[in-house]
Amino acid sequence: MAKVILEVNRLKKFFDVNRNQTLQAVNDVSFQINEGETFGLVGESGCGKSTIGRTILGLYHKTAGEVLYDGEDIHSLKENDRFKLHKKMQMIFQDPYASLNPRSTVQEIISEPMEIHRLYRHKKEIKERVYQLLAEVGLQRDHANRYPHEFSGGQRQRIGIARALALNPEFIIADEPISALDVSIQAQVVNLLKEIQHEKGLTFLFIAHDLSMVKQISDRIGVMYLGNLIELTKSEQLYDHPYHPYTKALLSAIPIPDPEVEEKRERIILQGELPSPINPPSGCVFRTRCPMAMLICEQQKPPFREIAPEHFVACHLYS
Amino acid sequence: MEKLLEVHDLHVAFSTYGGTIKAVRGVNFYLHKGETLAIVGESGCGKSVTSQAIMRLIPEPPGKIVRGKVMFKGKEITRYTEKQMRSIRGVEISMIFQDPMTALNPTLTIGTQLMEGLQEHQSIRGETATSKALEMMHLVGIPNPKERLKQYPHQFSGGMRQRIVIAMALICEPELLIADEPTTALDVTIQAQILELFTTIQAKTGISIILITHDLGVVAKIADRIAVMYAGKIIETGTKRDLFYNQQHPYTKGLLKSVPRLDLKEEQLSPIDGTPPDLFAPPQGCPFTARCPYAMEVCDNVYPVTTERSSSHRVDCWLQDKRAQQLLARTANQ
Ligand SMILES: Nc1ncnc2c1ncn2[C@@H]1O[C@H](COP(=O)(O)OP(=O)(O)OP(=O)(O)O)[C@@H](O)[C@H]1O
Ligand SMILES: Nc1ncnc2c1ncn2[C@@H]1O[C@H](COP(=O)(O)OP(=O)(O)OP(=O)(O)O)[C@@H](O)[C@H]1O
Ligand SMILES: [Mg+2]
Ligand SMILES: [Mg+2]
Repeated sequence: MAKVILEVNRLKKFFDVNRNQTLQAVNDVSFQINEGETFGLVGESGCGKSTIGRTILGLYHKTAGEVLYDGEDIHSLKENDRFKLHKKMQMIFQDPYASLNPRSTVQEIISEPMEIHRLYRHKKEIKERVYQLLAEVGLQRDHANRYPHEFSGGQRQRIGIARALALNPEFIIADEPISALDVSIQAQVVNLLKEIQHEKGLTFLFIAHDLSMVKQISDRIGVMYLGNLIELTKSEQLYDHPYHPYTKALLSAIPIPDPEVEEKRERIILQGELPSPINPPSGCVFRTRCPMAMLICEQQKPPFREIAPEHFVACHLYS
Repeated sequence: MEKLLEVHDLHVAFSTYGGTIKAVRGVNFYLHKGETLAIVGESGCGKSVTSQAIMRLIPEPPGKIVRGKVMFKGKEITRYTEKQMRSIRGVEISMIFQDPMTALNPTLTIGTQLMEGLQEHQSIRGETATSKALEMMHLVGIPNPKERLKQYPHQFSGGMRQRIVIAMALICEPELLIADEPTTALDVTIQAQILELFTTIQAKTGISIILITHDLGVVAKIADRIAVMYAGKIIETGTKRDLFYNQQHPYTKGLLKSVPRLDLKEEQLSPIDGTPPDLFAPPQGCPFTARCPYAMEVCDNVYPVTTERSSSHRVDCWLQDKRAQQLLARTANQ
C-alpha cells in the first residue's frame, strides 16, 4: 500500500470581496496524494485549482479544514518549521514570462532558493549545482549568465523547473506549467517532468485545464467545478468510465485531432454559463447546467462517495 | 468553385531596434466561398500578421507590407486607399481579434457597440437597428437579449463577451470572417458552444471563414482546408484529409505527433526538439532544417520548391524531390 504524503481534509478557502460578500473559491474539498504519484487537478477557469495549490503551500490561510503533509498540519506550523517544510515543497508557476525576475541572470534565479536556505557554504558549490540543474532540465552551462528575455517560453519554463528542483524537494506543485507554451514545446516539458519524477521519485500535484495533457502525466485525476471536487479516480478510469455529468461533458467538449473520430463523436453541449462562486447554486453546484438535474439536486448537496473501487463521485444520480 | 479571397506572395516586415523582423515571407493561399480554412502554426509564425495584412491593419510603422497582393472578389484590395478599406472592413470582411476582452469598449453598453457598425456602414438606426441587434444576439445564443442590450461588458462572462464579439463581427452580414484564436481564451465547454455556433451560422449564411488557431483538435472539428505556417511561410496546405491522413512535411508530422490524444491509451509524447528560428535572421533554406530529422545538405541552403501532390495538396519540402527519395532509399539500405 502506497504511503499517503499529502492529505487535504474538508478544505475551505473563502475570500472576502466587496461589501460583505464571500467568494467560495474552495468549498469542502478532500483528497489524498500518495508518495511518488502524480495527481492531476483539472477544471475550468476559476474553479479553484490555483487556490487549492496555494493553500496547500500555506501561501493562503485556510478558512476551514486541514492540510497534512507527512502527518503534520501545515497551517499550524511554527515559522521555523514552515521554513523547513518549504524546502520539501516547491511550486512551478503558470506563466514562464512573469514568474522569473527579468533583472536576474539564470544563475542568480536558480541559486536564490539555495542561498535563502543556506544549502551550501561556498559560492563555487552553488555554481556547480546550478550547472548540474541546467543539465538536468536540458539547458546548457553557458545559459547561466543570460537573462530570461533571451529565452523562448519552453526554455524559460525549464529555468523555472530547475529553480524548483534546486532544493531537492520531495513534493512539487506545478500550476499550469505548460499552458503558455506551444504544443510541440508542451510535449517537451511534459516529458521532462515525467523523466524527473521517475528519476527522483518526486510527488507531483499537476494543475491544468487541458485534460488531454493531464492524462499523459497523471496517475489519478480530480475534477473540480465551482470550488468543489466532483469526481476523483485513476487516470484511465476517468476517461473510460466517467460518472459525473460534468466530467462527461468536459471530456466530450475536448476536440480530438482526428477528423474521422471527430465526425463520429457525440457531443454533450452544456447550456448556460458558469455561475458565480459568490452566489453558488444551492444543493449541487452543477445543477444549473446539468442535463440530468433532478429535484433533489436543488435541495441537497450530493456527498462525495466512493461508488466503485477508488472512484469517488459527488452526484445524486449514484446515491 | 469561386475563389473569394486570394493571397499572392505576401511579405510583411517590422523594423525594430533589434533589426528587421521578417514576419511573413511569401505566403500564398486562397479561400472558396462558404468554406473554412484553418491556419495553424506555433506562436510567432505569422498567423496574426497575415490576417492583419489582409485587413490592412498592420501598424505602419513599424510594420510594412513589403510585397504581394490580396484579391478579394477579384479586386486587388492591397491597392485600396484607407477610405476604400474602411468601406469593406466590418462590412464585407470582418475580423475577430485574438483577445476578446480588448475588443469591447468597457464604457459603452453592449447594444450601442453592436449597433455602431450598422449606423456607420449602412446608416441603419433606431428601431431597425435595435431589432437587427436583437436578432444577432439571438443568433449567438444570448438569453434575455432585450435586457442584455442595456448592460455593459463587465456584466458578461468571458464566453458571453466572445459571443457578443462574434455578433458584432456578423451584424453587417460580411462574406468573410477572419477569426484569430476565437476560443483560445475560453474554457473547453464554452469553446464547444462557440464552435457549434460557427457551424450553425455558416450553414445559415454561407459565410467563408479563416480560422487561426494552434489547436489541432479544433481544426479537425471545423476546418475544410488547412494551411500550416512555420517561420513566416506556409509549408504545407491541403484538405483536412490531406493533412491529417497524408501529411508530408516533417513539421506537420511532428506537430501531429506532439499533441496528446484523449481517445488513445498511453503513448509517449514525441515532441519536436528545439525551437523555431529567429525571424530577425531567418535561414535562407528551409526554416525547419535545424529541427528536422530528415534534413539534407540542400535544405540548409535553398528553400524547397513547392510540390503539388494534387490540386489541393501542396508541400514545400526537398523530400518531395525524386532525387531525395533515391538518396533516402540508399541510406536506408546501408
Ligand atoms: N486573492 C483572491 N482574492 C479574491 N478572490 C480570489 C483570489 N484568488 C482567487 N480568487 C477567486 O477564487 C476563484 C478561484 O480562483 P483560482 O485562481 O483558484 O481558479 P483556477 O481554477 O486556478 O482558475 P484558472 O484556470 O483560471 O487559473 C475565482 O473566482 C477567483 O476569482
Ligand atoms: N507590431 C509589431 N512590431 C514588431 N514585431 C511584430 C509586431 N507584430 C508582430 N510582430 C512579430 O511578427 C512575428 C509574427 O507575429 P504574429 O503575431 O503573426 O504571430 P502568431 O503566429 O499570430 O503567433 P501567436 O500564436 O502567438 O498569436 C512575431 O515574431 C512577432 O514578434
Ligand atoms: Mg489557476
Ligand atoms: Mg496571433
